[in-house]
Amino acid sequence: MKLTNRSKVVSNKEMTLGEKIYLPAIFKGMGITFKHAVRTVLKGAPAVYSYPEVQKPRADIWRGQHVLKRDEEGRERCTACGLCAVACPAEAITMTAAERTKDEKHLYREEKYASIYEINMLRCIFCGMCEEACPKSAIYLTDRLVDVEQNRTSFIYGKEKLVEKINARIDITERQSEKQKKAVK
Amino acid sequence: MELLTFKIILVLALFLLALTIAAYSTWAERKVASIMQDRIGPNRAGPFGLLQPLADGGKFFFKEDFTPQNAEKFLFILGPSLVMFISLITGAVIPWGKTLNFGGISYDLQVANIDVGVLFIIGMASIGVYGIMIGGWASNNKYSLLGAIRASSQMISYELAMGLSLLSIIMMSGSLDLKLITEAQSAGKIWGFIPAISGINWNILYQPLAFLIFFIAAMAETNRHPFDLPECESELVTGYSTEYSSMKLGLYMFGEYVNMFISNAFMVVLFFGGYNYPGIDWVTHNWGENVAGVLSILAFLTKTIIGILIFMWIRWTLPRFRYDQLMHLGWKTLIPLALVNLIATGAVILAFGN
Repeated sequence: MKLTNRSKVVSNKEMTLGEKIYLPAIFKGMGITFKHAVRTVLKGAPAVYSYPEVQKPRADIWRGQHVLKRDEEGRERCTACGLCAVACPAEAITMTAAERTKDEKHLYREEKYASIYEINMLRCIFCGMCEEACPKSAIYLTDRLVDVEQNRTSFIYGKEKLVEKINARIDITERQSEKQKKAVK
Repeated sequence: MELLTFKIILVLALFLLALTIAAYSTWAERKVASIMQDRIGPNRAGPFGLLQPLADGGKFFFKEDFTPQNAEKFLFILGPSLVMFISLITGAVIPWGKTLNFGGISYDLQVANIDVGVLFIIGMASIGVYGIMIGGWASNNKYSLLGAIRASSQMISYELAMGLSLLSIIMMSGSLDLKLITEAQSAGKIWGFIPAISGINWNILYQPLAFLIFFIAAMAETNRHPFDLPECESELVTGYSTEYSSMKLGLYMFGEYVNMFISNAFMVVLFFGGYNYPGIDWVTHNWGENVAGVLSILAFLTKTIIGILIFMWIRWTLPRFRYDQLMHLGWKTLIPLALVNLIATGAVILAFGN
């Protein structure tokens, strides 16, 4: 019984004399490789991205390194609720919460904040579940590439690497749809 | 300058030339492979990746060099050394160019002008089989041994075809001396009646079938694609050189490239007129002996390098032969063809008497 209609009948014909000598087929093959070689030398290799001078084009919503954002007044949005850690399928996020003192009102939005916030970049699978789970619009994924490190412990990114600097905000509005922009509280 | 001094300089120059061309053959191999596969080869180590062989050599030096536990120490070291030694020493009888003139004395550019040159090279190729067998046996590894046995049987069967196709050339030239074979290709009318400029009466015009057989046999002798079953990675885990690391592996791989260079040089001497280029007599007459000598060296090297490029071209075009197909080709196809060629050459010589 035929399972698909893409089957081909196998032909068991004897090789003709021209095929047996191998030479005509060899020359035809050499012609094909020669054409490829000439084409590559004259017009450049067709599908080669000479990294790092030329980078392969990435999508607009490509998920890269994380960023913990601040609001318009410069206060950190993250309140250490732990929803991102629970949502993460690879268990890459860990955090320790702390209480805000009277002098720190300009640093944090609410009374609870994350004193230690670590993402293990080797565990992270860049799925974006943390970005979807966050109720405070604090964590986003940008299109930056994660840098090269020399040992495993350097890949555990702490708050210095994740929270955006006050003077150098990272703009993610191009990645957001209109509905997402309106939902930022 | 004394003859001995000149010969010593020639030996050193030849050694450096063979090693440099082998080193840059590795570079050319990767570049030729890449442009045939629609990509760019090594281009980071120096302009166009030209310092890549240096980087590879440095890598081989820095790797750990160990001997497996129950391997025969002496034989382990002897194997790759033998391969390299044989590859280099066959370059001693090849005439690399016409004469050079220093202080009024013409010096031949051939280290050893023995009158059994062809026999010397074929003999050395046979000893080359020993290098691989010793390497495979001394590794104390049954897969290496299998690889070595397959390699040696392949090399022995193709040596026969090589020798038989050479016999027709020797019959035509009348001697085994490589210098005489080269000289015979510089003068005379093509096919007996077409008058031509000097230096173009190449043997390939008389013996195309012998050239084809010799070409295929030379590819099999140097374990080159599509006959590289002994050393391919996917079939036998690199065969006889599995247990080698660092410089000994470097010697094996390098020895293969030097062997390829020398085989191509030999093929150029026999079939493509050696160092002859069209107009060699005119240049000797008008521009002096030294200019003709230097041009002849350049012509020889150009032809050899074109031969090496064709070897690489074929490598990246054809799939590998299966082992029984390989033996079938060697024994049942090439040897009868070579014998037929021999008989035909004999008949033609008898009929035309030249």
